[in-house]
Amino acid sequence: MNLAIIGIGKVHHIMNPGSENLFMKAFKTTIPVFFGYIPLGMAFGFLLAGAGFHWIYALVMSIFIYTGAGQFIAVTLLAAGAQFIEFATITLLINLRHSFYGLSLLEKFSGVGKVKPYLIFALTDETYALLTTTQVPEGASKARFYFYISVLDHLYWITGSVLGAVLGSLLNLNLEGMTFVLAALFVVLTIEQYYASRARFPFIAAIFAGILSLLIFNPENMLLLSIIIGTLILIAHEKTIKDKAPPGDKQ
Amino acid sequence: MSNTIYMLVVIGTVALATFITRALPFVFFISREPPELLLTIEKNLPPMILMLLLIYCLKDVQWLQFPYGASELFTIASVTALHVWKRNAMLSIFSGTGLYMLLVQLDIFSIALEVYP
Repeated sequence: MNLAIIGIGKVHHIMNPGSENLFMKAFKTTIPVFFGYIPLGMAFGFLLAGAGFHWIYALVMSIFIYTGAGQFIAVTLLAAGAQFIEFATITLLINLRHSFYGLSLLEKFSGVGKVKPYLIFALTDETYALLTTTQVPEGASKARFYFYISVLDHLYWITGSVLGAVLGSLLNLNLEGMTFVLAALFVVLTIEQYYASRARFPFIAAIFAGILSLLIFNPENMLLLSIIIGTLILIAHEKTIKDKAPPGDKQ
Repeated sequence: MSNTIYMLVVIGTVALATFITRALPFVFFISREPPELLLTIEKNLPPMILMLLLIYCLKDVQWLQFPYGASELFTIASVTALHVWKRNAMLSIFSGTGLYMLLVQLDIFSIALEVYP
């Protein structure tokens, strides 16, 4: 199959070509992530400040590491005084799921030029979700559009984490439940993915892999393991379809 | 080793490890074609991963304890219904989040189901 025909996100009505400039369109696309990353970043900042670290580390970590779960775990490990090798292996394992994201972006990221290293660096769960579901406005530069989305998300994360670290517990806002905005974002993007591809099997595979992983793995590890299981199911499914014509006794 | 240096080395380590996981497929397939099998499942990866990210958001829900994830399930059902109906992403996401914050902050399901001892 040709990669070119895959051209994933065909929908996203927010992105209808219009008179607005590309930056504003990218900004609109990222608004849900703004509302997710600010409280989540603040939670990270609170945690870091609570562990006794200067807010400048929230800034440095969010600029150069830029990963949600990974940064939370890094603070936990810092507080525990872990070894470098532990930081390295745990981070690799936690973030290995990102390798799967790249697999489905090889084509989309080809020909984006010099922003490519940054796009790869900034590939968080949420940015991946936006990039695979949002269509580049007609006639617009793919590189610039992707870059704007990635940079904006990154800025939200940095802002949130510094804000959280600086304010610490001074602020007594009740943000309980606000990070659910990310779950709502995933609900919407999942529905849009369905409208774009009309394929049911990926969702069946995901539900099966997700529930299985919830049942047998601990919550922190379930995402990577469920992606691996789901991918194996997709592969097995493709193979079964392919082998349908010639009769054979596959186990 | 001073604290600052320790912190900076830790941050560098975690940053590098994170970047490696993101760059891996791009580096791996820089000079060779991805295998055909990968190309056939590639289009199915984003819908599957998004669905799994959604399930992952629910990983800490106590399904077997009262109120059995009622707030989460109710919100997701509402967002789904609203989105299928109106197809307005912002509307679906923000009314869903507002609804959820209301449900958990006021503990609506616990009160509504009146199972407080």
